[in-house]
Amino acid sequence: MEAVRGSNQVKGFRAGDWKMEELKARKIAKGFAEGEVLRSEQAISFFGGVNADNGVVVEKDHPLEGKSISGKILVFPNCKGSTVGSYVLYQLKKKGIAPKAMIAKETDAIVAVGAIISEIPMVDHVEGGGYDRLKDGMKVKVEADEGKIVLL
Amino acid sequence: MELTKEQQEMLEGKKGNAVRKSMEILCALGEIYGAKKMIPVSSVQVAGVSYDNLDDAGLEYLAELAQDGRVRVLTTLNPAGMDLMEWKKLGISDEFASKQLEVVEAFSRMGIITSCTCTPYLIGNLPRFGESVAWSESSAVTFCNSVIGAKTNREGGPSALAAALTGFTPEYGMHLEENRQAVVEVKVKTKLKGTLAFGALGEAIGKKIGDKIPLITGVKEASLEELKSLSASIATYGGTAMFYIKGITPSRTKRPQEKIEVTKDDLKAAMKEMTDDGEEVDLVGLGCPHASIREIAKVAELLRGRKVKAEFWICTARTTKELADRMGYTKAIEDTGAKIAADTCMVVAPIKSKFKVMATDSAKGCYYGRGKNKFKTKIGSVEKCIEAAVTGKWKP
Repeated sequence: MEAVRGSNQVKGFRAGDWKMEELKARKIAKGFAEGEVLRSEQAISFFGGVNADNGVVVEKDHPLEGKSISGKILVFPNCKGSTVGSYVLYQLKKKGIAPKAMIAKETDAIVAVGAIISEIPMVDHVEGGGYDRLKDGMKVKVEADEGKIVLL
Repeated sequence: MELTKEQQEMLEGKKGNAVRKSMEILCALGEIYGAKKMIPVSSVQVAGVSYDNLDDAGLEYLAELAQDGRVRVLTTLNPAGMDLMEWKKLGISDEFASKQLEVVEAFSRMGIITSCTCTPYLIGNLPRFGESVAWSESSAVTFCNSVIGAKTNREGGPSALAAALTGFTPEYGMHLEENRQAVVEVKVKTKLKGTLAFGALGEAIGKKIGDKIPLITGVKEASLEELKSLSASIATYGGTAMFYIKGITPSRTKRPQEKIEVTKDDLKAAMKEMTDDGEEVDLVGLGCPHASIREIAKVAELLRGRKVKAEFWICTARTTKELADRMGYTKAIEDTGAKIAADTCMVVAPIKSKFKVMATDSAKGCYYGRGKNKFKTKIGSVEKCIEAAVTGKWKP
């Protein structure tokens, strides 16, 4: 389904039948959150790659270097590096500067455990090529319990 | 994943908050890796203990779990960032010490044996062949699967803790026979002797085959200490959770199709790669993984009556140090100016950039000495490391 936004113009939809587009995904950590997408084309290392005091990516030459992941819907392919990364997510959450939710292409144990202990909603395995449609700055709602991402 | 009534209740929070959170972690891992059910574990080794790595966030998480979490199986602990009794002699600040003690105290409240060693199998956490356990600490994981023949995945700190608090782990990966078969035969074409040679072998194999499981052939003898050294370096440089050595390790595997060789030149190249240029040495570190009592006895004999110039740590478990105290080894070593560092090691202590060049007999020690602590490194036999400690110089 393309161009469902403003769908009163889309053939087959009637007024009042307006529906936001949903992408199906796999639940990793429960919860829901709404916000703006920050997309990384490269893997993220939370331990060493993100400053735990302000949520800014500090890894040299990383595409997100200098940007803050705080309050964003963080979209990234996968996570790399030390298992201590789980604790960095927890630290960010406790300081109120964690991402609102996370959407990964593939989840490994480090980020899965990090999301769960920090209670940051997280999904992965977005179906039907949906992962590639999540663009920087887009507004989305992640409903992890239902395994879905709503494009707003 | 199919859960029993008990596991379902754990997940619903009927057994408390720490158990609920732990079960959530285990279920998520089970889903990610396609486990069909949970299996009981008989022991756990928890890593992620040094305050240098945990920081306040980790400490806070542990304190939260410790409110109502209690371990259900034998659980031991990885090294801390300092000697828990004599941190001052290692130059650790009071501020770090007080945070580190808080971390250990939180583990203790959960009923974890605060053994603070990376060699749990030397101090009373020794599963039997075929048992399923949940261990973190990559060197111990590889020793456990390979030398003991018990089964564990490469757990991280939080997932190992989750297994300890529930008594379960999801059944996937190394718990399943089909994933424990060797996939490449490594023919060793040279004679190996000593922990240094086995460490170099681990580095050479790890770099060649990554995290594949090897069947190593052509090795006739291997001591406990040599196997400990191999387990550490092969896991550090390749990431494998298991190896076989024909005629030595207890598990059975099919003979793999793929074959590679490791020659004397490969081992020389591995050692050369771990040795940086320069003559000065200001830190010597032995006991990575933690020294056995036999290793400490040898160091005491080689050092007796001498004086050291460089800072010299021999890292070990507290219980092993107590044996060394009783045997007079500790006195023989510390009279020279060298230090037995119990509960900790040169990998997890907060010594980043505090020394310039570290000499060690450990391939794993070199990897973290460079990466985490920003040291230059020298690798050599125990004898050579002791000469470096006495003279402050590295003889090529």
